[in-house]
Amino acid sequence: MRVSLENLAPKLVLPAIVLAALPIIGVSNWLVLTVAGLAMGAMLFLMAAGLTLIFGLMDVMNFAHGAFITLGAYIGITVLAPLAGWSTGHSWTLNLAAFAVALLAALVVSGAVGWGFERLIVRGVYGAPLRQILVTTGGLIVAQQLFIVLWGPNAIPLVKPPTFSGSILIGSAAIEKYRLIALALGMGAFAALTLLLNRTRIGLLVRAGVENREMVEVLGYRVRRLFIGVFIIGTALAGTGGVIWALYQELVTPQLGTEMFVLVLIILIIGGLGSIGGSLIGAMLVGLTTNYVGFLAPTISLGSNILLMVLILLWRPQGLFPVAKS
Amino acid sequence: MSEVLLELRGVETRVGRYQILHGVDFAARRGRVTMLLGRNGAGKTTTLRTIMGLWRAGAGSITFAGRRIEALGTPEIARLGIAYVPETMGIFSQLTVRENLLLATGRDGLASDRLDRLFALFPALRERYSVPAGVLSGGQKQMLAIGRAIIEPRSLLVVDEPTKGLAPHVIEVLIEVFRRLKQSETTILLVEQNFRMAVSVGDDVAVMDDGRIVHAGSMADLAADEALQHRLLGLSLAVHQ
Repeated sequence: MRVSLENLAPKLVLPAIVLAALPIIGVSNWLVLTVAGLAMGAMLFLMAAGLTLIFGLMDVMNFAHGAFITLGAYIGITVLAPLAGWSTGHSWTLNLAAFAVALLAALVVSGAVGWGFERLIVRGVYGAPLRQILVTTGGLIVAQQLFIVLWGPNAIPLVKPPTFSGSILIGSAAIEKYRLIALALGMGAFAALTLLLNRTRIGLLVRAGVENREMVEVLGYRVRRLFIGVFIIGTALAGTGGVIWALYQELVTPQLGTEMFVLVLIILIIGGLGSIGGSLIGAMLVGLTTNYVGFLAPTISLGSNILLMVLILLWRPQGLFPVAKS
Repeated sequence: MSEVLLELRGVETRVGRYQILHGVDFAARRGRVTMLLGRNGAGKTTTLRTIMGLWRAGAGSITFAGRRIEALGTPEIARLGIAYVPETMGIFSQLTVRENLLLATGRDGLASDRLDRLFALFPALRERYSVPAGVLSGGQKQMLAIGRAIIEPRSLLVVDEPTKGLAPHVIEVLIEVFRRLKQSETTILLVEQNFRMAVSVGDDVAVMDDGRIVHAGSMADLAADEALQHRLLGLSLAVHQ
């Protein structure tokens, strides 16, 4: 019974927070803030999912991960500019097509750059945590300067496609359409990753490798090849998250990814390193906490996620859903 | 005299700053069970890990089926047909029993005839086929670890202390399994401290001390010579079980 309670308790954290907020905030605001929190969580999940697998599989902490978020956002801007006819018109299908092209471009470019980054930078520092931190942080600094060279130092505004803007009224609560789109994309990515991990042999290898990399090699599989694939998927997802976040904020800056990386790290720590499900729950918790606390006590909202992380770590030092390493 | 399948010549291995193996020489012959015995810290596990490429041999040669393997990576060594069961068993606790077995198969997956053969050896695995391996008992985990190593035909089975920490009735099951494997002429290299297991299944024996082979011969001869056991192992095998 004790074991089952231990397993059940982390799963109850998210619904407990959502339900606890309801009587404090009131139904209408609660609905708006909950959707906003879940949508923010879905976008953060896209940014965090790859990093948790990268760390889980190879114990590589890529501090340059934020650069791929920024890269995705800039690629989105670059692709949407010539597609302005599609993205600024009032046709739902053309808006969707422009959005899809921007997402696809960010996915492909971030993934391709991620492949090159793994080959040139990360490959030389496997098994050397301190060098990983130094080298990937160096990569982040270089990338930020490259963004300034290529797109300039100033914030670039970005406008949501008109049919993605506006709200849907549910009772007296106005739910932003774009947040629903972001939520759907994040949950779609989670479903796709879950299917990949649970229904394919590659996914089985990734799950096994996260738990015991050495034993996967003993069974005859080249884990480094597997890792390259995971690294590409992780950076591609980060880039995709970058586009969606940039359109949500309607602004891109060279520091976008670095700012988001702090939240990504909090998500990984809360969720448990190496766990995709943990990343989703961690991202949703961060999104909801930001929105609820931002509404109830704006002055402490900046520190609310740090406080959340501290409380969870005091309770479960390995995070909510850690992957048992052997 | 059967053909040599695995041969180590002058193998030296360092782990960090420490030199563990100081020139290991021994051979495992095809179709036979070779026991690798020795006191704790003698270098038995290091020898097995060096064979599998998990730790690199700094000097010497390792030849498997006529091919030098000391410079190969672990996946390449495994693909030559060597299955390894580490002392820690290497079970993926968050994967099901089925998924653990599936990882050890080729593209064709889990063939039903092989599964039937495996379940005949380890009926408990059939009952727990769909549960996460982490909830298995210690004995069942060892059965899964060995089952995973033999689910597909392998040229050589390398097993590190399979009976360590297990209940006597589970050890009896494992002894029976190794006897059956022996009958099927599987070549096995086995590190074991349990006397009954060693005597029941061992054909040949190599005894290690301080990173070297100090004795090689037949298991039956060592089992019959208590003075030799005392000299090599510091105690009688009969009390070391």
